[in-house]
Amino acid sequence: MTVWQTVLLGSVAVLALKVVGYLVPPALMERPTPARVANLTTVALLAALVVTQTFERGGDLVLDARVPAVVLAGILFAFRVPFIVVIVAAALVAAGLRLLGWMS
Amino acid sequence: MAPRSSNSGRGPRVESEVAESSAAIRASVSVALAVSAYGVSFGALAVASGLDVWQACVLSLLMFSGGSQFALIGVLASGGGAAGPAAIASAALLGLRNTLYSVRMGPIVGGPWWRRMLAAPFTIDESAAVATAQPTLRGQRLGFWVTGVGIYVGWNLTTLAGALLGDLVGDVRQYGLDAAAAAAFLGLLWPRLRTLQPVTVAIAAAVVAAVLVPAVPPGIPVLAAAAVAVVVGITNALGAKPVREVEP
Repeated sequence: MTVWQTVLLGSVAVLALKVVGYLVPPALMERPTPARVANLTTVALLAALVVTQTFERGGDLVLDARVPAVVLAGILFAFRVPFIVVIVAAALVAAGLRLLGWMS
Repeated sequence: MAPRSSNSGRGPRVESEVAESSAAIRASVSVALAVSAYGVSFGALAVASGLDVWQACVLSLLMFSGGSQFALIGVLASGGGAAGPAAIASAALLGLRNTLYSVRMGPIVGGPWWRRMLAAPFTIDESAAVATAQPTLRGQRLGFWVTGVGIYVGWNLTTLAGALLGDLVGDVRQYGLDAAAAAAFLGLLWPRLRTLQPVTVAIAAAVVAAVLVPAVPPGIPVLAAAAVAVVVGITNALGAKPVREVEP
């Protein structure tokens, strides 16, 4: 599968999901089960992505500079520090540790 | 994030309407600026994940949903072209929540069918959140459009800037952008962890993903983790009793 196919098919799918919500009768999606599945799917995917983005490299789990950066991000989010500040702080920690040669 | 206007109903009605509208616009603009800034990291990471500048820009123009965009490039980065189907599936599953927002935004957007179709691309976390936080229908409508269109313009400009920058600097790991992406997913997840059920799903999904990473092709661990949500969602295990949740 080419990158272009992935980009275009993915985009059409995500856009279609937005359109669908305006077309289906509200009663269908506002029922507890579909709403709960949609909300929990978001939670599960984000949690799995946090794990893969923090630990995965070349198909294996590794501990590198991303780990302390994400731990710090968690602490900052707990203190309700604004999103963009946390993102920058996480990048700086990882970049700093790599610059110092303490972690890869 | 959005300042709630605590309208007390005092003073002439027109004045309070103006105050509410400007409160909605202020909230929208501040959210739009903050979110747009972070499009730079998307653009740079997209290029680092093997996309060209055009492909990064098309994602922001057409897909326009931060979580899905990061998921797509994240899976592509670890799995390459072979992970294409898994990348698409991850992006679509993460986009499922936009369907819920569309359902909720329907009555707020109102008007003829074409207006709702026009609203669809701009229906994202932030536009839905800012709209719902406004006390009046007028404020909600303003909040939706100003936030949605504002982020659309800003996000696309910063995606382009980030992609060009990423092309220029090459190794984005040196700048900690890979850690920034992980932190961004954590930031999207954080506000959803208010009750026992989502917390349990998050932990279980994280464990499933971690166990599967060394065992299966890239992209599959994330999809397998989604199965946890489907099972818990349908059975409503650990679900809240039908007591109304208190919104903050």
